[in-house]
Amino acid sequence: MSSIVELQQVEKKYLQVQALHSLDLSLQQGEVLGLFGHNGAGKTTIIKLILGLIEPTSGEVRVFGESPSHGMALQIRSQLGFLQENVSFYDQLTGLEVLNYFASLKRVSKKKSMQLLVQVGLQDACKRKVKTYSKGMRQRLGLAQALLGNPKLLLLDEPTVGLDPIATQDFYLSIEQLKQQGCTVVLCSHVLPGVEKYIDRALIMGSGELLASGSLAQLRLQASLPAQFTLQGNSLTWPTQALAASVKPGPLAGQYQLEVAMEQKMHVLKQLISQPGLQDLQVSLPSLEDLYRHFIQVQGKSEVFL
Amino acid sequence: MRAILIVAGKEFRGGLRNRWVLSICIILSVLAMGLAYFGAAAAGKVGFTSLSTTIVSLASLAVFIIPLIALMLAYDGIVGEDESGTLLLLMTYPLTRWQLLLGKMFGQGMIMAFSTTVGFGSSAVMIGVFSASTSWRELLMPYAIFIGSAVLLGWIFIAIAYVVSCSVSEKSKAAGIALILWFLFVLVFDLGLLGILVATQGDLNADLFPYLLLLNPTDIFRLVNISYFAEQNLSGLMAISQQAQFSMTTMFAALLSWLVLPVVISVYIFNRRGL
Repeated sequence: MSSIVELQQVEKKYLQVQALHSLDLSLQQGEVLGLFGHNGAGKTTIIKLILGLIEPTSGEVRVFGESPSHGMALQIRSQLGFLQENVSFYDQLTGLEVLNYFASLKRVSKKKSMQLLVQVGLQDACKRKVKTYSKGMRQRLGLAQALLGNPKLLLLDEPTVGLDPIATQDFYLSIEQLKQQGCTVVLCSHVLPGVEKYIDRALIMGSGELLASGSLAQLRLQASLPAQFTLQGNSLTWPTQALAASVKPGPLAGQYQLEVAMEQKMHVLKQLISQPGLQDLQVSLPSLEDLYRHFIQVQGKSEVFL
Repeated sequence: MRAILIVAGKEFRGGLRNRWVLSICIILSVLAMGLAYFGAAAAGKVGFTSLSTTIVSLASLAVFIIPLIALMLAYDGIVGEDESGTLLLLMTYPLTRWQLLLGKMFGQGMIMAFSTTVGFGSSAVMIGVFSASTSWRELLMPYAIFIGSAVLLGWIFIAIAYVVSCSVSEKSKAAGIALILWFLFVLVFDLGLLGILVATQGDLNADLFPYLLLLNPTDIFRLVNISYFAEQNLSGLMAISQQAQFSMTTMFAALLSWLVLPVVISVYIFNRRGL
């Protein structure tokens, strides 16, 4: 199976600014990729390169095995779904009219666009002008637009901005469904909590450079951040001296916190679990947010040394 | 072609929705009916004057208002979509840049054509119904030429507005440049030509001079409408052109080239616009 998206040694320069340093990336069918980084990290540049909106300064971009900015571009685009940050549609038209316009450009039936409006929960507002829509409603209209024509590749830039928690949850579930149907998804975000369950792989970018990539488990290994233990109990005794030294009192009475290296996790867990006074034990692994912060900081430090 | 028509249809619907069509129709019909009935008020009469007076005075007013309306209608065509983010989105659709551009121009061109025909046509109907001295047959040709050339003039300025809209990155800048262009084409050009004529005391090649008028679409528009009523007493710049009688075909061809030129230029610029 050839990859859906293939970037080889891709670089992008805007005049003097290096927006993207040499990047290799390959996306398979049904894969969900999270693209993370602060503003100006190169996320949008990657998205635009895949969309064929800009051409790489050097290197090669392939989407469905073709170059997205030449020849077959129109055919590629009819299988693409895209939602950018801060889109404000045509204020004078109704939600349904806007979606019908985009649907007809993509040769999708009007029946389908109504279905999508129902799916994103806009059926009651579809006859209202877009200018009366809230930020979240516009975002949902944008999502409906991106889902037109059952795209094989979906590129979403900050898709959950302005959505309430329930709508965000619904959105992630529909991503899950699309993945089941074999759709490849690129999620671009700096809002991290909640997203980790739904992505297969994360790409962390900083100043146009790839800082880390891999599944959550791989990233945890790379970062070697400690696991966080929270214990609750009375008159706890610590099995080893070293452990006793690293215990800190928690925010509540009788609560203790402990950082344990990932390799030591199971060993320490077994030791602690046999303690008689233990009432509760919680283990939290480094979250995507922790990993993100870690990799960004590592880059920041290496820049200081240079 | 299909994509162009979809974009054009959406533009036209947008024009109906935000009352562009309605307001242009009202402005032009009030203007046209007013001139038809009160055109001779300066001479102390009220009522329908001769058809030639009506058309010639209509043309000299339309030459100011039509370019202005067209520029206002179209100046934000591309830069506006860029600012709202829809341009980026549209460029990820199976739609080429020139299709989007031509579709938008076509849609707004239809808004212009429809409103001009209805607006000015209403005065023709009024004259036909109420005026005793002018028959329907007499009305047909002058009004057809007048409305036809007015529509062309509108299209030319829509295309010029798109050249501006494709070149700049801010809506406000596009508005400013559009206003300056209007000022140059409608006012400064004629003044400049007259100035040259007076400064050289007419010592300029008389054969060349009328051709200079072809450099400005608004002057061609006036020429078209005035030369149909050759017996009119002309003043100012238009009087000069009487020496060189351009045929209707020549003048319409000149207008058409004035339409094609900015269309081609705007497509060229738009293809090079960064996103």
